[in-house]
Amino acid sequence: MERHFDEELKELHKELLKMGVMTQEAIYKSVEALKNRDNAMANGVISLDDKIDQLELMIDERCIDLIARHQPMAGDLRFITTGMKINAELERIADLAVDISQRVLELADKPLLKPLVDIPKLSTIAQSMVRDAIDAFVNKDAELARRVVLSDSEADKLRNLVQEELIDDFMAKDAKSAPRAVPLLLITRHLERICDHATNIAEDIVYMVEGKVVKHHPEELI
Amino acid sequence: MEKLQARNLNLWYYDFQALKDVNVSFEEKKITAIIGPSGCGKSTMLRAFNRMNDLIEGVRTEGKILIDGENILNNGMGLEGLRKKVGMVFQRPNPFPLSIYENIVFGEKIHAEKIKKGRLERIIEDSLKAVFLWDDLKDKLHKPALGLSLEQKQRLCIARLIAVKPDVVLMDEPCSALDPQATARIEELMRELKNNYTIIIVTHNMQQAARVSDETGFMLLGELIEFGRTEDIFTRPKDRRTEDYITGRYG
Repeated sequence: MERHFDEELKELHKELLKMGVMTQEAIYKSVEALKNRDNAMANGVISLDDKIDQLELMIDERCIDLIARHQPMAGDLRFITTGMKINAELERIADLAVDISQRVLELADKPLLKPLVDIPKLSTIAQSMVRDAIDAFVNKDAELARRVVLSDSEADKLRNLVQEELIDDFMAKDAKSAPRAVPLLLITRHLERICDHATNIAEDIVYMVEGKVVKHHPEELI
Repeated sequence: MEKLQARNLNLWYYDFQALKDVNVSFEEKKITAIIGPSGCGKSTMLRAFNRMNDLIEGVRTEGKILIDGENILNNGMGLEGLRKKVGMVFQRPNPFPLSIYENIVFGEKIHAEKIKKGRLERIIEDSLKAVFLWDDLKDKLHKPALGLSLEQKQRLCIARLIAVKPDVVLMDEPCSALDPQATARIEELMRELKNNYTIIIVTHNMQQAARVSDETGFMLLGELIEFGRTEDIFTRPKDRRTEDYITGRYG
């Protein structure tokens, strides 16, 4: 039986999807700005953030309104509460894209320390984790969500590799390299945090779809 | 600990099978809610637990209903003793057209062979205190019970019931005639009573089931579809039919 409530849930779904698309755009542009040293693009990411913040507030309000008026249960309740969490995670991801863009601007007048190899790799992982997490949400695909959670360790490894390289090969040898190395270190950290947020989203999706809590319960992932 | 169990419980009204192979256990001193659409058999099951269905023509029951391990469907089971042990609160409060006092001591007068002096007064005070009516009614004990408000009448019916110290309290939509404030107060009372009694409540009000119960069972077309911890039933039911019912998709 189709309920009026279903229409309202579809609206929430659409808004979350829009939030996901805007967040993905922010990450993509911040990474492109880094690769191409494109300050205009970096500034574009920073100005996009206001719109994402507005949408976050709107989605939050809608979720609270749905809970108050419909007192949802079971799958509906899981969808709305997960929606609220995903909303917050996406907003944090967009903030990290802003952070990356700010680092890009800090590096603008400085020559690159070294050719970027592993950071673009990490950014590819981050982007695909966020994309897959959003796809898992759209398709209610708990298996894809599980794969997202499991891929986080790859991101952690890559972050460690980049950090070691920047610290051991540059900063330890030449302290003057710090102004050029630190923004790259921070970008690495921002990208890895994006992966963590994508992981949180994916864990929430497993709960939404199956009602199983995999957060802090790795045994439930298998 | 299990207080009441139904084992392969089947019940027919003439040819119509109202309960189909129901197996369920109710924990002692817990509140269990039974939910399900109209006609699913939940009230029939509740009435089976103190053999109220015996009064209905054409009813045939098979299986076992065990209370403290004893099958109450056995022919040797005395109905009076059973109803003392398993009391029922109905949808509309139904005090007798007697005084408040007489309503409460009614059961005691039936069940007790000899009543010691002062005992009835103690029962009145204890029972009214248990349902939080004592302060309001202690000076009006000989006024007619029918003059009370709907909520007070329902509380009085619960007081009348617990005056005979039952083990199990069955509640059939006990708040459906009450406004939200009165409902909230009866729910508070249920939480208090849980310390001493095993409570089984049938309700159409899903939020009420979610609020007050420890465990919940969902029934459909005479079958117990799903039974479990209330928080699980209302957040992550296993059966699609339970999900459809509690999210309002059933129909």
